[in-house]
Amino acid sequence: MPIQYYIYFCLTLFSIGIIGVLTRRNAIIVFMCIELMLNAVNLLLVAFSKMHYAAGLRQDPATSAGIDGQLFVFFIMVVAAAEVSVGLAIIVMMYRNTHSVDINFLNRLKN
Amino acid sequence: MSTTEILFFFLTALAIFSAIMVLVSKNPVHSVLWLIAVFFAISGHYILLNAQFLAIVNLIVYAGAIMVLFLFVIMLMNLNAETEPQKHIWMKLAGAISGGCFLMMLVSLVRQASELNGKTALMAEGNIGLIKNLGKALFSDYVVPFEITSVLFLSAMVGAVVIGKK
Amino acid sequence: MSKFVYLVPLFPLLGFLINGLGRKSLSKSAISLIGSGSILVSFVVSLLIFFDVKANGGSVVTLFQFIDTDSIHIPFAFQIDQLSSLFLLIITGIGFLIHLYSSAYMHEEASPHYARYFAYLNLFVFSMLLLVLGANYVIMFIGWEGVGLCSYLLIGFWFTNNDYNYAARKAFVMNRIGDLGFLLAVFWLLSKLGTATYSDVFAQVSSLSSFDITAITMLLFVGAMGKSAQIPLYTWLPDAMAGPTPVSALIHAATMVTAGIYMIARSNILYTMAPATQTLVAVIGLATAIFAATIALRQNDIKKVLAYSTVSQLGYMFLGLGVGAYTGAVFHVMTHAFFKALLFLGAGSVIHAMHHEQDIRKMGALKKYMPVTHITFLLACLAIAGIPPFSGFFSKDEILTAAFSKNPLYYFVGVAGALMTAFYMFRLYTLTFLGQFRGTHEQEHHLHESPWQMTLPLIVLAVLSVIGGWIGIPEVFVENAHSLEHFLAPVFAESAKLAGQEHHLAASQEYMMMGGTTLAIILVILFAVNSYKKYQLSEEETTGVSKLLENKWYVDELYDAVIVNPLQALAGFFKNIIEKSGIDGLVNGVGKLVGYGSRQLRLLQSGQVGNYILVMVLGMVVFILIWFNDAAIMQLLNKIF
Repeated sequence: MPIQYYIYFCLTLFSIGIIGVLTRRNAIIVFMCIELMLNAVNLLLVAFSKMHYAAGLRQDPATSAGIDGQLFVFFIMVVAAAEVSVGLAIIVMMYRNTHSVDINFLNRLKN
Repeated sequence: MSTTEILFFFLTALAIFSAIMVLVSKNPVHSVLWLIAVFFAISGHYILLNAQFLAIVNLIVYAGAIMVLFLFVIMLMNLNAETEPQKHIWMKLAGAISGGCFLMMLVSLVRQASELNGKTALMAEGNIGLIKNLGKALFSDYVVPFEITSVLFLSAMVGAVVIGKK
Repeated sequence: MSKFVYLVPLFPLLGFLINGLGRKSLSKSAISLIGSGSILVSFVVSLLIFFDVKANGGSVVTLFQFIDTDSIHIPFAFQIDQLSSLFLLIITGIGFLIHLYSSAYMHEEASPHYARYFAYLNLFVFSMLLLVLGANYVIMFIGWEGVGLCSYLLIGFWFTNNDYNYAARKAFVMNRIGDLGFLLAVFWLLSKLGTATYSDVFAQVSSLSSFDITAITMLLFVGAMGKSAQIPLYTWLPDAMAGPTPVSALIHAATMVTAGIYMIARSNILYTMAPATQTLVAVIGLATAIFAATIALRQNDIKKVLAYSTVSQLGYMFLGLGVGAYTGAVFHVMTHAFFKALLFLGAGSVIHAMHHEQDIRKMGALKKYMPVTHITFLLACLAIAGIPPFSGFFSKDEILTAAFSKNPLYYFVGVAGALMTAFYMFRLYTLTFLGQFRGTHEQEHHLHESPWQMTLPLIVLAVLSVIGGWIGIPEVFVENAHSLEHFLAPVFAESAKLAGQEHHLAASQEYMMMGGTTLAIILVILFAVNSYKKYQLSEEETTGVSKLLENKWYVDELYDAVIVNPLQALAGFFKNIIEKSGIDGLVNGVGKLVGYGSRQLRLLQSGQVGNYILVMVLGMVVFILIWFNDAAIMQLLNKIF
């Protein structure tokens, strides 16, 4: 598969994530859009990993080129899991205080 | 058109459609469900790329654990379409346009990039995505970051508990 | 001996520091001991230096480099020669007597103020010594400024009285005007010759254009006008009477006002080469002499009379300088220092006895209560009036003779001034010591002779006033008896060479002039004594010329109207219009503009996360656009510019 296809696809997903962050006010949806962006990047990493593997295979049949990309994806998932746990905890706390998940309540940066 | 290509385009279309639906849905619960669909489509892509371990982990961690957590939180707060806060229409438009600009610009960049011509991703074969090979690399070259992630998890757990108890 | 010259100013400086810093803890006797003792030690050192100079000639002692740059080198050096050693003697000698006198005169002051007084006095003497000793114009300027400062401090010594503060301020401002001239002259010298050291300047003076010399001497003379109270900057000196009487004596006799004379005598070569300035100096000096004498005729404050007489005598000295009789001027400085110090100290003694009454109309018949003061005062009056063989006669005669050979008009105007001097001095004497007592009974009851600390300086000064002139006996009386002229000859040698041989007057003509003048003076004295012997206090308003004189020709009022008021109006205009609407408006406008702009910009910071992310994304778009299209953008820019 030409690598450009993957890049276009992942860019599309990533941009959808950005548009979601920009257009929605629900903190949980915003959070989900961030997950979407992470996944777009993950997919692209795997695609690149396979691209490098294909390139490396031409020199050495036993190569493991590109394996780092997949390991990065693994670590990103790990970090994402941690992030989600803390982030959701924060959203829950915010909801408890304001009875809303509207990110426009978070305008403390103004002062 | 080979089977792989058919599957690729199908999964791509599914993922993009589901992602758009995540944004469009009024009800947060629907958004979560559509996002799970996106994750399934992406896992399908992983399988197409013969990255079996990541495909499984993606399903378990994202579609399984994380999205259930999201769902759980949404239901805990009793959020639904009626309580959904809405942005001003102009803000929505501005967000969509700037996101569109971003996409267009990056796409045009990739189209210009001649280095990418002729590069392909190896589909449905190659064994680096297998658990055996990844595990070897993970526990030899990447053992230190792997152990550090455990510390990260511990601290995230403590943090979540502390924040949740306040 | 010369290398110990730094001791001369060092002791007064130490006295100033000790008395100034220890004013809270020292006892009065310790203060007066330190204050007077330091000057006495200085006097002894000066005496040794004087005899050393007399035997071995002068030298220059460099202590350290004061200003040392690539193009300008100004050493902190002391000039020891005949002129400066003579001035050292006058300053420290008379200064010591005045200190001694002060220790009794100021005894009523509280201890800290007593110490403050002596500290200022020592600093005054220190500054004056620096002025005289400096081997270049910069060091002289330090002393020049120092005496200005000290006069300000001492005139305003009783600072609780606002009038005194005004007098001090007036003295300071007038001095500043003069100082500016002096400073400009020094800069001019530095820019033209690159040096301010006397020996270098005098050696290179012929390389200066006549315009430069004239300008420099004129500017220096402006400085001298301020310091030595000449027209038009003389009004501060009579007001300086606000200070304690010994201070007046110090200012008028030993320090401060003689600075201008010293400076011109020191720069005699410059002045000899600038005839235009010399004429100006002579005319100003003569005008001051006669003008101040007329004012002194009708003054009723004992110290004011003496003050105007000082201004008048200073005018004579400038006349002497202007006609090239440098020795005569320095001679008159010396004799004047003796009898003017004596007069002021005598006046102080009278004021002390009269409980700070200074109006001579309310005195009289003090002869029988204060014999020592009376006798010494009389001797001083005779000396200043110019009766031979008292000191004033010789010095004044020398100046007038020199003036006659320059221009007979100078001589006759000068003699007229001398007659007026005789008149007002004996008016003062008669009103104070003769006739009958016109004060209150309480004052009469308290009249007493002053303590020994006050009478001893009077006696010493009286002796000096009588015999002081004998070092300058004119050639017509005794051949080669003018020892002062021989002593000072090296300092004025160059000028004498330039001026050429003075044509001496015929002996008979000189005798006639002396005799005529003396006779006229004696007649005037008798007239003055007679007319004021029977003086009675009257409330009558004076009219006509007397009123004009009593009000000092309304010069102060004239200055107020011509200079002070317009300046104040201008300052008011600047303050109210330019400052308020112009400068304040500009400054506040800038402030307001920034404030307004900030308030508008603040609105961009909505605090909403969404907006920030939107801007961030747009920023990324722009950034990537620029990053990947830099070549195209550069082309575009090149096309535009």
